[in-house]
Amino acid sequence: MSLYPNLPPTDASALQRKDFQTNQDVRWCPGCGDYSILAQIQRTMPELGIPKENYVFISGIGCSSRFPYYMDTFGMHTIHGRAPAIATGVKTLRPDLQVWVVTGDGDAMSIGGNHFIHTLRRNVDLKILMFNNRIYGLTKGQYSPTSEQGKKTKSTPMGSVDYPFNPISLALAAEATFVARSVDVDAKHLQEMITRMARHKGTAFLEIYQNCNIFNDGAFDYLTDRKTKVEHELKLEHGKPVRFGPGGAKGIALNNRLEPIVVDVAEHGEDRLLVHDETNQSLAFLLSRLVHPDFPTPLGVFHMRERPSYDQLVQAQVDEAKKRSPVGSVQALLDAGETWTVR
Amino acid sequence: MISKKTEALDAVAIRFAGDSGDGMQITGDQFTGTTALVGNDLATFPDFPAEIRAPAGSLFGVSGFQINFSSREVYTPGDRPDVLVAMNPAALRTNLPDLKPGGILILNTEQFNEKNLERAGYQTDPQADGSLSSFRVYPVDITGMTLKAISDIGLNQRAAVRSKNFFALGLVYWMFNRPIEHTLEWIQKKFAPELAAANERALKAGYHYGETAEIFTHNYTVEQAPITPGRYRRISGNEALGLGLLAAAELSGLELFLGSYPITPASDVLHFLSQQKHLGVKTFQAEDEIAAVAAALGAAYAGGLGVTTTSGPGMALKAEAINLALMLELPLIICDIQRAGPSTGLPTKTEQADLLQVMFGRNGESPLVVLAAKSPGDCFWTAIEAVRIAVRQMVPVIILTDGYLANGAEPWPIPQMSEIPRIPVQFRTDPEGFKPYLRDEMLSRPWAVPGTPGLEHRIGGLEKQHETGNISYDPQNHEFMVKLRAEKVRKVADLLPPTVVDGDAEGDMLVIGWGCSDGAIKSAVAGMRARGHRIGHVQLRHLNPFPNDLGDILGRFRKVLVPELNMGQLAMLLRARYVIDVHSFTKVQGKPFQEIEIRDAIGAQLEAN
Repeated sequence: MSLYPNLPPTDASALQRKDFQTNQDVRWCPGCGDYSILAQIQRTMPELGIPKENYVFISGIGCSSRFPYYMDTFGMHTIHGRAPAIATGVKTLRPDLQVWVVTGDGDAMSIGGNHFIHTLRRNVDLKILMFNNRIYGLTKGQYSPTSEQGKKTKSTPMGSVDYPFNPISLALAAEATFVARSVDVDAKHLQEMITRMARHKGTAFLEIYQNCNIFNDGAFDYLTDRKTKVEHELKLEHGKPVRFGPGGAKGIALNNRLEPIVVDVAEHGEDRLLVHDETNQSLAFLLSRLVHPDFPTPLGVFHMRERPSYDQLVQAQVDEAKKRSPVGSVQALLDAGETWTVR
Repeated sequence: MISKKTEALDAVAIRFAGDSGDGMQITGDQFTGTTALVGNDLATFPDFPAEIRAPAGSLFGVSGFQINFSSREVYTPGDRPDVLVAMNPAALRTNLPDLKPGGILILNTEQFNEKNLERAGYQTDPQADGSLSSFRVYPVDITGMTLKAISDIGLNQRAAVRSKNFFALGLVYWMFNRPIEHTLEWIQKKFAPELAAANERALKAGYHYGETAEIFTHNYTVEQAPITPGRYRRISGNEALGLGLLAAAELSGLELFLGSYPITPASDVLHFLSQQKHLGVKTFQAEDEIAAVAAALGAAYAGGLGVTTTSGPGMALKAEAINLALMLELPLIICDIQRAGPSTGLPTKTEQADLLQVMFGRNGESPLVVLAAKSPGDCFWTAIEAVRIAVRQMVPVIILTDGYLANGAEPWPIPQMSEIPRIPVQFRTDPEGFKPYLRDEMLSRPWAVPGTPGLEHRIGGLEKQHETGNISYDPQNHEFMVKLRAEKVRKVADLLPPTVVDGDAEGDMLVIGWGCSDGAIKSAVAGMRARGHRIGHVQLRHLNPFPNDLGDILGRFRKVLVPELNMGQLAMLLRARYVIDVHSFTKVQGKPFQEIEIRDAIGAQLEAN
C-alpha cells in the first residue's frame, strides 16, 4: 500500500526554461559564476523529458547551496555537508524521483567529505553538482580543501600549508560510476555534461570550476580567457586520442615509468598518444592527475560505467522479500514465535 | 530414583553469572522462555560487559542475567537474587554482595583453581575459608560432569566445555520444577547436529543430577500467576520498539525508512527491522550517525515514516539534523536508547541522563516532543504514539528508552492490530491556495511531497516567513515563528488523555518517575501504602510537553519525590516549570533502581520536614 498522491504526471514535453525559474531574487554577487550554472541547468531541465514535479534539488550550506531557492522544483536547503545523506534518504525511499545535489568545495570536500565518498561508493542514483571556486565564499574568504598550497587568505596570512584535494581523483577512488568536469562559462559544454549526468543511472559527479569574483577572482582565467584557453584546455572525447593546444598540436602520452607526459604530435605521431576510454577507471585516474600548470586541464567525462544503483538494489531486496512472504502483516509478526494463552 | 520433596514458593529471583563467553545470556533467556510458558509473571535484567570476549576469569568480563518470577504480579527483576549460579570465582566475587543472606549459591567447582582465584583477587578459596557460611552453598563440578556426559560425542575439549551452561540450566530447571522440553526444541533448531546432541545431553545431565544427587534434598515450585487472560509472548524493549514502528507504518500507510548507525544498546532495532523487508521496510546502515538521521529526514521529506535509532553519543551527533527537521517541520522519529555517559561512558549499562540533552542540546529555541517508554512492552505503544503525534503536528518526536528496557524482557499480551486506531495521514495534493507553511487549527503545516504536480516549493534551515515559507530576516517575523514553533509543540498536550495517578489521588507524597523506574516505583509505592502512607505515583510518558493536568496533580500532595537514574534532570524541569519544591532521588551506577532503594527514599522524605 502506498499513500503517495500518485496523480498523473504532468506533460514534460511542453516544459520551458522559464518553468524552472522562481520569483525569488537571486542573491549571488553580481558577476558570480553561479549565475551561468543556474542558467544552464534551467536550459537543460526542459530537454530531459522528466515531469517537473519529479525533480528534487537538495543542497548543503555555502554560496552554491542557495541554488534550490532559484529552481522552481521541489527543493531543500539543508545543513553543512549533509546534502548527499539527505538526498540518499529521498532517493532510497522514492526511486521514481530525479534527485540533484548542489554543493561546493567546502561543503562536499571538507565538512561533508564522509557523506560524499560513501554516497559515491554506494552508487546512489544522485546527480551531484560541485561548484569548485577553491575558496570559502559565504564565510568571506578562507581557504578551502581545494585551495592551492601557499594560498594567502584571511585565515592563512602566511599562506596555507594544507595540500589540496583533487576532487576528480577522490571521486574515482571512491568508486564513482560517473565523473566529469566542466567550467562555469562554457555554456555548451556544461549543458552537455548536465544532460549526460541526468541520463546516467547511479551517482553522477560533476566538478564545475566556478569563478568567485569577490574572494578568488581569476582562479580559472587560464582556462577561460580566450587568449590562454587554447593552450590549457583539454576536451576529453571518448575513443579519441588525447590532444590539446592550437590545432591539437600537442597530446598526452606515457613515459617509460607510465607517467603522463606532454608530447608534440607532429614529432611523435598520434599513435603514441593515449586514447580516451571512459569505461577505463585506471586511465581516468591517470587523466585526473593532469594538473595545471604542468599539464593542460581535462574537461569532460573522465569515467563512466554501469553498475546497479543503491536505490535499485534496496528496492529489489524489498520486492524479493515481499515475493517470498506475500502475506506480510504486522499482526503475523506479533503472533510469530512462542506464544501462550492465559485462561 | 530417590523421591524428593517439593516446596512451594511465592517468588524467586535467580542470577546466572559467568564469563562473557560462558553463555549466561542464552541460559537466562532459555530460563525466561520456559518460565513464561509455565505461566509465571516475570521480569529480567541482562547485565553484560562491553567487551565481547574479555580475558577468561577476569572480574570485568563477568556477564550476568537475573530473572524474577512469581505466582503474583512482577514489576522488577528483583532487588537481590535468592539464587546465584556462579560459573567461576570472578562471577562469585562480583555477584555475591547482592545475594540474599541464606540464599542458594551454586558454584562450578572446576573453575575454582589457583589461577582463577588469583584472577578474581581471592587470597584463599572462599569455599574453604568460611566466608560463604551465611549461604546455602552447593559445590558442583559443572564442567567435569558436562565433559563426562558428552565424552562419546567426539567434540574437542574446547567445544565440549562450552556445553556447561546447559548443565547449569538443567540443574536449575530441576530445582524450580520447570520442564526442559522448550529448551530441547530450541537446541535442535539452533545448533548443528553434533553441538545439539552435546547441549541436549548436558541439559539432561544437569536435570538428572539435581534429581539423583544426594546434595539436593528438595526442589521448589512457583505456581502460575493470576495474569489477565489472553495470548502472550515474551518481548524485549528493542523488539517492542521495532514492532511499534512497523505497526505505526501499517496504521498510517506510510513506508518505513530506518537510517541508523550501529551503537550499543540500539543496534538490535536495526537488526530487527532489517529482517522485515517483506513488510516494505527500507533500512539504511549509514556511514555515521549524522548520515543516519539525515537520510531519515530525507525519507520524511519524500513522504515516508523516517526513523533513526541511536544512543546518547549518537544523539549528540544528530543534534544539527534534528534541528533542521524542526525548522522544516517534518515528522521524524528519533529513538534514543540511553546508556550511561558522559562520552563513551558505560556502553552496556543503563542510565536516564539524556533527558536534558534531548530537551536542550540544540542551538536556538528548539522545542520538540519527547516521550519515554516505561517497560519493555510499552516501547511498542510509545512508538505508535510518537508517530501519531509526529504526523499530526509535523514535528520531530524523540523516544527515550534505555539499555535496561531495551534488553530486559517481560511477558506481553499480544496486541490486535485491528483494535488499534489508525493513524490518519493526508498528503497535500491541491495546488489551489497552497503555501508550504500554511497553518491548521493545531498550527501544523501541510505535508507536500515531491512528485505532486503544482506543489513545487523550497524549504530549508533559514528562518522563513509565516505561511509562505520564503526566507525572511524580518526581526518581528523571527520572534513570531519561534513562538509559533513552541506553541505548536505545546499544543500536543491538548491531545493527551488525563494523566493516570496510581495509588492515592492526593495525600502525603507523589512519586514521579519516567522510563524504566516504573516497576521499582510501583512496587515501592505499594509497599509504603500498605504501611498506611497516602502516596500517589505518576510515571510520565510525556516529558515535553508536560500534560496539562500535571500542575494540579502536583498540588494535591504534600511532597513530591522524583527518582531518576541521573543527577536530577526531570526534577530540574519540574522545579522550573511549576516553581515547586521537588525532592530529587538519584542513582548513577549503570544499574536500574531497586525497590528497596525507592522505598527507603520515600520513607526518608516522609520523615523529613
